[in-house]
Formats: sequence, C-alpha cells, structure tokens
Amino acid sequence: MRIMVNIKIDDKDYEVEDGLAIIQACEIAGVEVPRFCYHEKLSIAGNCRMCLVDVEDSRGLSPKPIASCAMQVSEGLKIYTKSERVKNAQEGALEFLLMNHPLDCPICDQGGECDLQDQSMAFGYGSSRFEGDKRAVESKDMGPFIKTEMTRCIHCTRCVRFSSEISGNDEIGSIGRGHDMEITTYLNQAVESELSGNVIDLCPVGALTSKPYAFSARPWELNKTETIDIMDAMGSNIRIDSKGLRVMRVLPRLNEDINEEWITDKTRFFWDGLNNQRIDKPYKRVDGILKPTSWKSALELAKEKISNSKSEKISALSGDLVDIETVYALKKLMKNIGSDNFDCRQDGSRISGPPERWLFNSTFNGIEDSDGCLIIGSDIRKEAPLLNSRLLRKSRDDEYKIGVIGFNNDITFDFDFLGENPSIVEDILIGNNNFCDDLSSMNKPLMILGQGALIGEDAENFQNICIDLAYKFNFINNDWNGFNVLHSAASRAGAMSIGFLPSDKGMITDEILSNYNNKKLDLLYLLGADELNLEKNDDCFVIYQGHHGDIGAQIADLVFPAAAFCEQNGLYMNTEGRVQESIRSTFPLGEAKENWEIIYLLAKEMSFDIGFSNLNELRNQLIEEFPIINPYREFEPLPSPKKDEFNKLNGHQFKRIIDSYWQTNSIARASSNLSIRNNYIKEENNR
Amino acid sequence: MTVRRLADNQDINFKFDNQDLKFLNSLLENYPEDKKQSAVVPSLFYAQRKAGGWLPEKAILAVSDFLDMPKIRVLEIATFYSMFNLQPSGDHFVQVCGTTPCWLRGAENIKKACKDYIGQEREVSKDGICWIEVECLGACVNAPMIQINDDYYEDLDYERTVKILKDIKNKKNIIKGSQIGRKSSEPLERD
Repeated sequence: MRIMVNIKIDDKDYEVEDGLAIIQACEIAGVEVPRFCYHEKLSIAGNCRMCLVDVEDSRGLSPKPIASCAMQVSEGLKIYTKSERVKNAQEGALEFLLMNHPLDCPICDQGGECDLQDQSMAFGYGSSRFEGDKRAVESKDMGPFIKTEMTRCIHCTRCVRFSSEISGNDEIGSIGRGHDMEITTYLNQAVESELSGNVIDLCPVGALTSKPYAFSARPWELNKTETIDIMDAMGSNIRIDSKGLRVMRVLPRLNEDINEEWITDKTRFFWDGLNNQRIDKPYKRVDGILKPTSWKSALELAKEKISNSKSEKISALSGDLVDIETVYALKKLMKNIGSDNFDCRQDGSRISGPPERWLFNSTFNGIEDSDGCLIIGSDIRKEAPLLNSRLLRKSRDDEYKIGVIGFNNDITFDFDFLGENPSIVEDILIGNNNFCDDLSSMNKPLMILGQGALIGEDAENFQNICIDLAYKFNFINNDWNGFNVLHSAASRAGAMSIGFLPSDKGMITDEILSNYNNKKLDLLYLLGADELNLEKNDDCFVIYQGHHGDIGAQIADLVFPAAAFCEQNGLYMNTEGRVQESIRSTFPLGEAKENWEIIYLLAKEMSFDIGFSNLNELRNQLIEEFPIINPYREFEPLPSPKKDEFNKLNGHQFKRIIDSYWQTNSIARASSNLSIRNNYIKEENNR
Repeated sequence: MTVRRLADNQDINFKFDNQDLKFLNSLLENYPEDKKQSAVVPSLFYAQRKAGGWLPEKAILAVSDFLDMPKIRVLEIATFYSMFNLQPSGDHFVQVCGTTPCWLRGAENIKKACKDYIGQEREVSKDGICWIEVECLGACVNAPMIQINDDYYEDLDYERTVKILKDIKNKKNIIKGSQIGRKSSEPLERD
C-alpha cells in the first residue's frame, strides 16, 4: 500500500509517494534539479552538493539549503528550487566543482553530452573567479575499455558505487582524501567486470570515457538508431550511433523490464567487429580456394547442387545471430525442398516442446519478487551478465539463499555450491540434500536452467526431473512460475518458437554433424552457424550464409554475403519470450543482401512458391502462423510447464557452453576491441 | 599533504603467522560476526607494527585476505589515514606535533632541529631515523612535543631535541615524557 503525501514544489501542489527523495519528487513534478552524484539506480552519496534546494516545514524555512537527494519528502513540505538563495548555493557549488576542472572541453570526448557542461550553462555563475593553480591528477589505467583523464574528475563516486552495487566486483575506489582524493582501481589494475563500460555513461564529466571510441566522433554528428542487442539472449535495448556507413558506438537505452539502463561490455564494444573480416561479395570454392563470384552464378550453383542432392541428405543449421524472419523463410525453403533435417540448436541442446519449457517464465522483473534461487548448469555471469547483476542485488538480502549446481565460478556474490553433478537434482527431489530445508522455506524461488544442463542424450529426461522438482518445491505454484531456462544465443528462442526443429523423421544437430563427418550428407546449409566444430569435407557441399568470414565460411563451398543484424530489420525473441525488432542503422556492406532476401532469391531461383516477395509479406505471414511472434502483442506470462515422466539419470553431464565470454559469436570474434580485452585478462591471470 | 602512494621498494617479506592470526582473531570478537570489515583499522595498524612501522603492499593484501574485503577497500583505508605510513619509516620514527598549541610554543624550532640533525622530512637517515610533521598528538599542556615510536617527549626546545636525537644515535637511554623534569603536567614555576 503506497502512502501519499501532499507537498508543494515552487508553490505548486503535488501528491507524491511517501519516502521519495526530494529530487525524485521534483523529477516526477517535472522540475529540474541539477545533480552530479545522484543516480536513480545507485545508492545516495550526497557529495556533489549540486542539488541544493530550500525546504520549509512547520518549523519554518531550513537554516541552510538542503541536498535534495539525501532528504525525503514529508507531509506539508514546501520545496523551493528557484529561490535566490538556492540559485546562489548552486552557483557556489558549481564554482567549487569547476575550480579544479580543466577547461579542455574542445579536446574532451564528453563534449556535447557532458553533465558538467550542460549544468554550468544552466546553473553556473558564468565566469571564473579562481586564480590559483589547478590540481592535476595522474590518469589511471583501467584496462582496454575505459580511458581515464582523472584531472577532470569531480569525485561524484558514481563509478565507485556502480562497481560495488551493480557489477559487484568492488574494483574501483577512491584513495587519499580531501584535496588529494583520487578515483582509481587497485594499483592501476584493469577492471575485470563484464559491465565496466557502464561507468563511461555514468561519469557526468569526461574523466572516464570510452577508449575504443576516443576522438572518433562528436555526439551531434551521429545518427542514432534505437534498436536491440543480440550479443546475448537478454535482448538489451541499445542505441547504435553511426556516422556514414560506420557504426561508431553503442549505448544502452532505458528499459526497466530488461536491461534497466546497463549493457554489457560485449554489447558496448563489439562494433569494430562489423568492419573486420566481412564477407562483401559471394564466393565459391574453385580448386580448393574461395574465389569471388557473382550473385547470379552463386545462386545457379546453389540451385544445381540442391537439385542434384537427395532431399533426405540435405540439411540446414541456423546460428545464434539470425532474425526470426530468415529462419522462418529457411524453414519454408527446406519444406519445399522436402527435407526435414533442420535444427536451430547448434550447440546440441535438446530443448523442445511448448515455449514454457524453454523460456524464462518468471521474466527478469520477476526476480525482484523472488525469495531464493537455484541455478542449475549455468555459468550465469558469462551467459547473461545483466541477469547476474539482478541476482547480485537480491543477494544483498541475507535471507535470500542462492544454490548452484554445476559450475563453481566467481559470480560476484556468495552462493551455496551444492556440487557439480547433475544427479544432485535427484537427491534434492527425494529430500536428500541440505539445501532442501532452504528450498522448502521459500515461497517464490527461481530455478534457472542453463543451456549447458540441457545438452546430451539424457537432457530431456533431466529437464523433466527439474520440472518435477519445480512442482515439489514452490518453483511452480498457483500464482508463481519460477521455472526458467536461460538462453545465451539471441536467435534461439525465436527459432524455437517457429519450430525450426526437425520432425521425428528428421535429423537433429548431433545427427547432422555426425552424418557430415561420416560423409553421409550431400548438402549442408549453414545460416550464420559458426559455432560448430567441423572440418572441411569434400563429400558434402556446404553453403554458408552470413556476414563474417568465420568458422562457417572456412568450410563452405559457396558463401552468400548477408547483412549483419544492425544492417537490416528483423525480429528477435529474448529468453523471456519478449519479441523485439532490431532496426537497421547502417546498410549492408558491398554486395551483401538482407538475410531473408537471400533465401527468397534462392527459392525464386529454384522456382518454389515461397509465398512472399518482401519483408512485410514475410512478417505478416509469420505472425499469422505464429501469433507469439507478434512484436506488438501484449507481453503475457506463459502457463506453467507440464509434468512429464522421467527416468533415473544415466550419465548426464553439464557442459560449459561459453569458454571465452568475449568471443562467443562471429561479430565478437572479429572485433579487435574484444580480442584485446580477451588477451588482457589472460595476461592479468598469468601475472 | 601530498598524494599518498605505496612505496616503490616493496622488497619485504610479509605474512601473518599463527600468533598474528590469534591476535587478529581476538580483534574480531569486538565486532558482530557479519561485520568483520569493521576490524580493518586495528588490523592494518597491527600489520604496520609487524612490518616495522610501515605498510607494504603485501600487508594490505594480507589484511584484505584476512577480512574478506576487496583489496581496493583496504587500500582506501590505508591511504585515507595519515597514521598509516606507506613508506618505510626507519627504526626511530619521529612525529613532530605542529598544531597550534605546539606551534605557539616553538614547534618550528623542533622541526628545524630535526631538519638539521636527521635530514629532509620523510627521508630515513643512515641511523634509521625519520621525521614527519603531524597533526595534534594531544599533549598540548606539555607543548611543544614529539613522539618517537610509541613514546612522548615533551617540554622541548631546539637544544633538548638535538640532545634526544644525539642520544638515539649513540644508543643512550633517554628519559621519556617531560624533558624538564616535571611530573605529568604539573604547573611550571615561572621565574
């Protein structure tokens, strides 16, 4: 029950929730209060003194202006944000902040999007009265992503609070005191968190800026495209800033349901991978070497090879970065060819059945309501760092118990490690585990099942055991569905939901791969599928459709150049089942075409009636057949997964699906930013 | 005050042995079980004493290990308080009080004596003596005064300070406390 209080802001009446900080109340009322250290998502520090306002209660006007971030509203409070005294106080605070701040805006990367610049214009004194020497501070080395210019630092400590509250690594701190205070990592060590790039956005001045983006553009010359991220399966909302044909940088967008206002470093810095290793024209293999060719001859060759192969010996695999439309188009193409051998689970996972069996049913916001968590077979910090950050926030509560079965890694917070053997789930099911007591005391626990737990022959059985466990404890009950499967591939949930899966007579990934290796396959169509451990095999004709000359293209006999996700419009479903559209920010490179179009052209070449000739038709058809894909539908929770029969586990093992966090997909592997970061950590570890 | 950084020369072995851990664990009893990090200041102070009057990096790491604290948080504390020496401070660490009462009673002369007989502030002399000026040491009634290691030497002037420093060099016994023979802070007889 929310208690409301009546307050006055600048002589206007407002009713706001009790317990809000004055600065929040002002925000709701649309009154601007300048601030540097206050941030909605971080704890309150109250050290910049910029948000001073006058406050009047029954005892009269406050003797001094009050920091509005550190005081709560109460009934009958009168707040003045524009009085003469407030104006003076804010000008004074700003003058002190600027006293040691260099006047290097023309060479500062923050210029144009700098809180200090903006607020000096709006609330500042106008000129400087300071005549002494300015303080200079050594710049720190914070690793390959964060460029520091610590003379510009105004000690708001947002980065320090971020590092302990959101990323959880406690890596950034403030040493010294008073005039000599400095923000630094421990002895200039590189920041190791996967979320470290967010301090660049948090920094209200130009002290922490982006190293890869340094001196490359000004904010006002960039084209801003609001789109989504596909580096992991969370579907973080991002803004891609491009200049001409190049993506210059990636920033987060606020979405409280998904990424709040953070993104991972992989998302923030993958962009230079879009310029390296790109496939910009069709290639075909001549005498063992891939040589450029024309679209016409490439399509003719594909047609010839497909028509000459037996349909049961043709198969297709889709990768981790592909949009739903293309997968749907490929499914139609395969149906027309008459083959049932297609799979979207290129890591060999065995998820299947209705969506509630393989989606994150509780939703990310549901984590806030939960009161405990059991993580099974998931290296959650690598698979979804932002999800990990949400769990970190919950773990601050001593009552919140987190159990982990599978991988005993540093995930920035404490947990009970129950063991690495999947059979522990069976033990818990029969009540033979210490964690059972904790579980039975929980009313709304979460179960997070990683993809690594669902790989192998026995995976479906294992999943059934987990569902049974979910019913036994409170993971699933009448008003709570905490059975969650976490994906790490952006396209997986979407491809699953349109059923890019073989029927009973078709081949699943493992069978396709073993048939390929045993030379029993005539043709393999790789739709952006790069994470396969395959050797070149002359008996099978491999067609690769994708945007990077990565592992898939190396074994291909024919390469179709395709657009990357930010060069075309496309739908993606995140691990919660939320469908979002990725919007084009730049154009496909060279002769590359949009993904769906390549399939369409191939179908036309083969004279199939595939039923669409543009993206709109394709999308309408797709949504009609699979209403769950409609991005404009209200996002609704799914029903609880049904119990199914299960047997005793037979040698089921967890598999690590991410070796190196920084190199999980073809764009990331082509990015020198991320490779440098990847090597950086190795060097640190060796030291 | 200048920017406080860890010493360049970190060539020292440092490890808490069983006896140290016994003492440190007894410190923890003063605090609630889940608030171990409250013991960071006494732990660092103990480590400083063990390392010979200063805090090498290894001591900071040892304390962060012992208290399960992120190392940057321990570094923050070590650099915040000026009573933690980040540079080696010699066998005889002389702290000269320079705050108002002592300054009024001639602390500047004491500082001059130290400069003449030891050398520059913060530099360890050949004899293992090092001096710095500090804030009030709380013995204003017997001003001016200095602290050498754990002991106070009070009622000083230039000559008396020089004598103390000479005696240290020559390893003579020095009377602690007042150098003019008064007991605690009994009134001075004026002539």
